[in-house]
Amino acid sequence: MDKIVIKDLYKIFGPRPEEALQMVKEGRSKEEIKEKTRHGVGVVNVNFTVNAGEILVVMGLSGSGKSTLVRCINRLIEPTAGKVYVNGEDVTALTSKGLRKFRQKHFGMVFQNFALFPHRTVVANVEYGLEVQGVAANVRRDAAMLAIEQVGLKGWEDSMPDQLSGGMQQRVGLARALALDADIMLMDEAFSALDPLIRRDMQDELLDLQDKVNKTIVFISHDLDEAIKLGDRIVLMKDGAIVQQGTAEEILTNPANDYVARFVEDVDMSKILTAESVMKKFETMAYLKTDGPKASLRKMQAAGISSIFVRQDGRVVGIVSAKGCRQAADRGEKTLHDVLDTNICKVTKNTPANDLFALLANNPYPLAVVNEKDHLVGVIVAGSLLAKLAEVGQVENSGGNETLPVAQQQT
Amino acid sequence: MAMEFPERIDIPLDVWIDKAMDWVLSTFGAYFDMVGSFILYFMVLIERFFLWLPWPILVAGVGLLAWQVMGRWWSGLIMAAMMFFIGALGLWKLGMMTLSLVVASVIISLVIGIPMGITMASSDRFEAVMKPLLDGMQTMPSFVYLIPALMLFGLGKVPALFATIIYAVPPVIRLTNVGIREVSESVIEAAQAFGSSYWQILFKVQLPLARPTIMVGINQTTMMALAMVVIASMIGAKGLGLEVLLAINRIEVGRGFEAGLCIVFMAIIIDRITFAMANKKKGG
Repeated sequence: MDKIVIKDLYKIFGPRPEEALQMVKEGRSKEEIKEKTRHGVGVVNVNFTVNAGEILVVMGLSGSGKSTLVRCINRLIEPTAGKVYVNGEDVTALTSKGLRKFRQKHFGMVFQNFALFPHRTVVANVEYGLEVQGVAANVRRDAAMLAIEQVGLKGWEDSMPDQLSGGMQQRVGLARALALDADIMLMDEAFSALDPLIRRDMQDELLDLQDKVNKTIVFISHDLDEAIKLGDRIVLMKDGAIVQQGTAEEILTNPANDYVARFVEDVDMSKILTAESVMKKFETMAYLKTDGPKASLRKMQAAGISSIFVRQDGRVVGIVSAKGCRQAADRGEKTLHDVLDTNICKVTKNTPANDLFALLANNPYPLAVVNEKDHLVGVIVAGSLLAKLAEVGQVENSGGNETLPVAQQQT
Repeated sequence: MAMEFPERIDIPLDVWIDKAMDWVLSTFGAYFDMVGSFILYFMVLIERFFLWLPWPILVAGVGLLAWQVMGRWWSGLIMAAMMFFIGALGLWKLGMMTLSLVVASVIISLVIGIPMGITMASSDRFEAVMKPLLDGMQTMPSFVYLIPALMLFGLGKVPALFATIIYAVPPVIRLTNVGIREVSESVIEAAQAFGSSYWQILFKVQLPLARPTIMVGINQTTMMALAMVVIASMIGAKGLGLEVLLAINRIEVGRGFEAGLCIVFMAIIIDRITFAMANKKKGG
């Protein structure tokens, strides 16, 4: 479902933006417009859609207009032209009172510099959003305590913000946005001010939290590693305009132009090529409780594979081969227990690609990629791993030669 | 010979102002009488309260309050001793008259000044108009206010109060404005992002965060009110100032010194207590 739709959005800074807007539409450069009209160009012809329940990362260097863009969504900055739809409702058409109600209901926001209320305790900060909605004191206190617990700050609710470390302050910021129970979270470089170790923790926790609360998140970042880690999809911006949008895979393996390619080059490839980026989505699994050898064989035939992972209570417990299944079926067995090989190799999404080679070489079966709950999220076979590496190798070469056909079309 | 300024160039500002004053008096005279009687009523109420208040209660109250806000018992003791000293010099009643005039003018100054400061903070244009006006109000020799006050309200407490307010109100306006403008932009933005209205942002975010600065303004306003109340005795406000004025006229050094010392004590007490309130840790 389309949660947020942004259509033909422009933002020009200054008192009389009409002339500058016209120039932007004619394709003049930011510098030229600045010189001629003394108006700044923030956002240029931006179009994208955010699906319900996904994390969309808007990425770009500082000055690329990404923070302006996110503020146009809840109109903290008034767009000069274009539309923003949330749940099909035109946000740009709301009156100031309607906008206030809309913000209360739909937007939780987390800021780069935390922007906590320094005169309020942690719990008073977290319940602020509900307080302005006029929610009864005991109800909002309960909601705030729940949000505080979700971000792991239980026991700190009566502290003042300046008594907390940066990471903890941003947890308060996160809880403040969560307590609203809005369906959308706008996160403006939410973790950029934190030091790298804490940033990584916060990213992990955000992903965990997202599994539980399932919000639609627009996340602003200047860090490609962060974008890849968090984003279901990434929108890459430069000079206020979108240069490419797609999944991390698409952007990494097929940069739209040399700007994106250069961006991508900075990324440590061994970090990017993890099990997640080379795995295949698995088509089918056998269920230990219900599937016998024959059912498993049929599933393998349908998917065109020679072995199949077996699941019990959501967890991957082993693998059976087509050969084993056929023998068991011939013996008249009704369950997979006797032919189940529990000696399988499990890796996480973040296992570096380099390690995967050795694991594949020592293992007769595909590798199972599992998440922290031991759920299967993908499989890795030797063929797909090699294919992926070859693909990326090509990109690196063509980036170096600067002969990207797409790039030429752009200019 | 030095070049003299040509006498022909003489803007008759004084004449204009006098004429304007005459016009105001003849047109709004009745109105001023009404306002005057209202202010007088308010003032008499406050004065009666302070004159009624038994002295031990006030002395103890000042001591306890000072102890509370300054956090040291001996500060409270010193403040109480100073208060006691005013009475011991036989100037208790005059002191109370001065105090009630200060209290009344500070209350009215805050009622006028804080909303004005808030308006200034939310409008750059209003700030641009008010700033030079406030500078003028503070630098103009304070005696000058006595004349129009006298003409508008006659002799007595009311013109004294009026002149005092004009002289004392600028700091609280100015510092309310500064305090609110100093509140970080990002915090305001956060409040907006959560759907707060103008008034919610004002009362839940801006004023609480501006509180220490506004308290400094209140402290300054109070001190200026005390200074002006003494001068305002020239137009008939009874109190310690009048005592000083009489002493000057009769060249009675001792009498003048006594009254002067009481004013100093009162100033110290008011200043230390309001200053400590301004610096007190937020939320405490």
